Amino acid sequence: MANKLNLTLKVWRQDNAADGGRFETYPARGIDEDMSFLEMLDVVNEELIEDGKEPIAFDSDCREGICGTCSLVINGIPHGGRKGTTACQLHMRNFKDGQTISIEPWRARAFPVIRDLIVDRSAFDRIIQVGGFVSVRTGGTPDANSMPISKEVSDKAMDAAQCIGCGACVAACKNGSAMLFVAAKVSHLNLLPQGKPEKTRRAERMVWKMDEEGFGGCSVTGSCEAVCPKEISLDFIAKLNRDFALSVFK
Amino acid sequence: MKLITGIFQSTLGRKYIMAVSGAALVFFVVGHLMGNLQIFLGREVINAYGEFLHSVPELLWGARIGLLAMVGLHIWSAVSLSNDNKAARPIAYENWNPTAASYASRTMLMSGLIIATFIIYHLLHYTLQVPGINFTGQDFGTFEELRAGHDPRHDVYRMMVVGFSQPLVALFYICAIGLLCLHLSHGVSAAFQSLGLKSKTWAPILDKGAKVFAIVVFVGYASIPTAVLLGLGKEVMK
Ligand code: FES
Repeated sequence: MANKLNLTLKVWRQDNAADGGRFETYPARGIDEDMSFLEMLDVVNEELIEDGKEPIAFDSDCREGICGTCSLVINGIPHGGRKGTTACQLHMRNFKDGQTISIEPWRARAFPVIRDLIVDRSAFDRIIQVGGFVSVRTGGTPDANSMPISKEVSDKAMDAAQCIGCGACVAACKNGSAMLFVAAKVSHLNLLPQGKPEKTRRAERMVWKMDEEGFGGCSVTGSCEAVCPKEISLDFIAKLNRDFALSVFK
Repeated sequence: MKLITGIFQSTLGRKYIMAVSGAALVFFVVGHLMGNLQIFLGREVINAYGEFLHSVPELLWGARIGLLAMVGLHIWSAVSLSNDNKAARPIAYENWNPTAASYASRTMLMSGLIIATFIIYHLLHYTLQVPGINFTGQDFGTFEELRAGHDPRHDVYRMMVVGFSQPLVALFYICAIGLLCLHLSHGVSAAFQSLGLKSKTWAPILDKGAKVFAIVVFVGYASIPTAVLLGLGKEVMK
């Protein structure tokens, strides 16, 4: 039988974007240590509903670490601080019985809180809309291997393409910077032959959009890389710095 | 136009400015250290070096103006980025764990501004030689080395010895150098990243290299006031 945990949650509650918000404390009793963090919240919410209270609003979708919807700052760390793990994949066995856990939303000007722990991340979509695509007519399915791509390059592009756009990088950065996200999205296309023709234009547009959306600048603290559930490397930020420089001097 | 806005307005461009101006200032920090360490080679050597620096005023002023411009750009980019960065997180976290971010990386603005204050004092102290602020009751501007068969020249050696013999001034100097060391331990490797010159392979070398470099700079600069407090140059104290 799995161990049961009794925890205290300090949760950010906010009725809507205009509300000032506040912390509220809830007990989480008899939590199975094999539960995920979100399942634990489900249990707490059922109790809240039974008591006639508003359940805690939080985002989730796939619950298997691939969609990037879950977004909780747990004890001061986006996704809770377990390497390469999203909040939905974080198990309660990582916590100690009797522990108090603080849960906050992503905090950034560009990610306004909609309700409780849910933030509006459409700023990311708008960044993708200005350059996160390849503008060519694709036609029919091309022959396999008609476009040779070395293993090194494809591996690197795949590493960048791992980004699930959850926004933990922004949440963790002391500057609320979206550099890791933008770098990953720019790099995964810029590295491949299909994306090369628009390389500098893509970097330029996405960087300007990022600035315009009100994200901060990168000061190379490395927090983003440390919390990224997909372990996207700071290397891509260096690459973005190069690609943007090329666009400026072009 | 794209060049100007790209560099002066975008967050990435302002980081290029910060990195390039920072690199120029790092070169100065090294050159200045090399110059200063000549105090250990004796009065003759460092006074001759001082005389040499002042021998071509056009070059000296060119370098000074260039440095001032670099300092200006460095501070401007830092303050303007920092304002944007603060605005990007209007509501702070209640419970915050600065994952992986080093102390130095989180305090760059503060360490930088304190160093800037120190530099102002340092210029008044040894460059403009304002008597009132050296707390020794002496006027460094009047220090001259008299040599048979030559014109007298400014006695840099005596100025440094007398200046650092004031323990509070020496302490302030050492503290400021300590902050510079902290600043460089992050700044040097971050500059490579901002200019896109860092990669996974080089990252550990650059990160460690920056720390070692910062410590070398600290030991180098701090050795001078320390040596004076331990008795270097007692003979010129009178
Ligand atoms: S809910 Fe899909 S990644 Fe967590």
